[in-house]
Amino acid sequence: MKVKGATIQLETLACPSCVQKIEKATQSLAGVDKDSVKVMFNSSKVKFDFDAEKVSIEDVEEAITALGYVVIKSQVKDK
Amino acid sequence: MLKSYNAEKTVSVLQRFILSKKNHITLISAILIVFGFISGLVFHNETAAVWSLAIASLLGIAPIAIQAYQALRVRVVSIDVLVTVAVTGAFLLRNFEESAIVTFLFLFGAFLEQRTLNKTRSAIKELTEMAPESALKLMENGEFEEVLVDDVDVGDILLVKTGAKVPVDGTVLSGEGHVNEASITGESVPVGKKKDSGVYAGTILENGTLQIVADRVGEDTTFGKIIELVEEAQDSKSEAERFIDRFAKYYTPAVLGLAIVTWLVSRDVELAITLLVLGCPGALVIGVPVSNVAGIGNGARHGVLLKGSEVIGDFSRVDTIVFDKTGTLTIGNPEVADKEFYTDNVREVLAYLASVEKESDHPLARAIVEYIGDTTVCRVERTDVVKGAGIVAYIDGHRVAVGNVALMERENIHLTDKARADIARFEKNGNSLVLTSVDGELRALMGIRDQIRPGVKEDLQKLKRLGVKNLVVLSGDNQGTVDLVAAELGLTEAHGHMLPGDKSKYIEELKSKGHIVAFVGDGVNDSPSLALAQIGIAMGSGTDVAIETSDVVLMNSDFSRLPHALGLTKATAANMHQNIVIAVGVVLVLLASVFLSEWMNMSIAMLVHEASILVVILNGMRLLRYRL
Repeated sequence: MKVKGATIQLETLACPSCVQKIEKATQSLAGVDKDSVKVMFNSSKVKFDFDAEKVSIEDVEEAITALGYVVIKSQVKDK
Repeated sequence: MLKSYNAEKTVSVLQRFILSKKNHITLISAILIVFGFISGLVFHNETAAVWSLAIASLLGIAPIAIQAYQALRVRVVSIDVLVTVAVTGAFLLRNFEESAIVTFLFLFGAFLEQRTLNKTRSAIKELTEMAPESALKLMENGEFEEVLVDDVDVGDILLVKTGAKVPVDGTVLSGEGHVNEASITGESVPVGKKKDSGVYAGTILENGTLQIVADRVGEDTTFGKIIELVEEAQDSKSEAERFIDRFAKYYTPAVLGLAIVTWLVSRDVELAITLLVLGCPGALVIGVPVSNVAGIGNGARHGVLLKGSEVIGDFSRVDTIVFDKTGTLTIGNPEVADKEFYTDNVREVLAYLASVEKESDHPLARAIVEYIGDTTVCRVERTDVVKGAGIVAYIDGHRVAVGNVALMERENIHLTDKARADIARFEKNGNSLVLTSVDGELRALMGIRDQIRPGVKEDLQKLKRLGVKNLVVLSGDNQGTVDLVAAELGLTEAHGHMLPGDKSKYIEELKSKGHIVAFVGDGVNDSPSLALAQIGIAMGSGTDVAIETSDVVLMNSDFSRLPHALGLTKATAANMHQNIVIAVGVVLVLLASVFLSEWMNMSIAMLVHEASILVVILNGMRLLRYRL
């Protein structure tokens, strides 16, 4: 286990149901700590902890992009 | 395998292309709809009308259907799913008019929502955009190079030039200059900096050049913490919002279920798909967050940091505000306010007094030294501190006693009637007394008091008008001084001789009586009270302690922002309630009219639905302009 914390900045979120979609998509990836996933509607950010041995930040970015949301930048920090 | 992967990739590229052209699609479908209606109604060309409306429907539904598909893939029944099913139904019924208008309204509504939502978030965005982005870092080759602020580590040496933002919290190594610290303290008068001065990230060097060493970087800087706090606050959820979220999660699938049941029972497809559209939950989900972000944004612009919607709810219902006296109602810097001398040689007394007081770091002593200023300092031969009374010292062979009335009595000093009258008068004015005797005779009497902050009285009146019933002051000072402050400011209660523990006990008591209590303090020695009160309000000059322990921070210790803060939370709470009423009301009216009236159809339902979303956003935006 190599737990890291990530913050992904997305393009402005506007629709009410996008929060739910992004949350579910992020949580569905193995290696992402489900309880830590926090989608912030107003600041358009996703925060979560993940196990770097099981999943990479690029995998998460890809999952979110596949939903049609643009990733602006992401930050990973060691926990 | 490879082939299917490529196919999948092509599909996903196509999806993204369609989504990125949403605005163009909206415009084209609007043109097609207008064209369709003109050809149908004006030129009676039915074929052209049907074709253009059908094409508009197909174009318009594409991005919505893609979003619906993406949502279903992660097992979310989103609003897009409802609209896609409804439009498909209308299309199959060959009701192209409705399918075209509904898709257009949905897309156009989303476009307007995006634009207006950006407005509600603008105030906070302004704040985050003040964050420094680059820094001039000293590299190994001895030259300064521009790097991203993320690449600066603690201990790095940085160069800050005139007009640049200070990139990190640091200490000045060399150079001098004036820094505008408005982003941290709200105070726009530049502050002078020289070697060993502390500088803060996000502040602007107005003149001069500084070399600094980085002490704290990124999110650990004071500015980083403020931004993080505001960002967390704008997305923090109250109990009511969490309920709405849970509700919305089941609400959309429930609407889908209801529509299916309606269809099975009534065999009326038109009715079923109309239900799908008007059941969309947009305004309900978006209403409260919109008020929240606009309210917190307004606060951030006016030097009030509100930590989230829970705080807004509590503070808006406050009925009792408890103030710490020193540093909150008063400036916290005692000064000599009244004086009397009982000798002709004032110079000599002042010289003695200053010499003795220089030995002490008591707040009263400091006030006296500051008042007397430059004077000939005499050699103090021997000093005895009399605990709780003052100091006795020998200067040039004279016995000099400096202290309170009790010390004078101990020294057996005779107080004339005039002196006694002066003492009584000084005390009545709320002064702490310092008497000076030389060789057994009273020579000087000084009254020292802490100045009340200018404008506090008016601010307290405003708080009362906003509906706060009890204004209480708690202080460690003597009861007389506290009573006087209370009388001058029109406070309802005043308690002196309070230690920090007594203050928190008192707040506990108020809470148990059912009051909603806010505590206003400087956040340094009264953090238990700040934490204990339902709402802890810190008069922080951007200090870490204040930011962390409190619920509301008044930047730059500006007391006058308190009424604005209270008024703002009240307005924000009211705004949230209005938005909930609008959202729920619209759904209820629509539901009733679909069963009870003739005129309800899918297009009208979509129009009302989109309009209600815009109404709650516009209503939220009013908060950005709120002024007390």
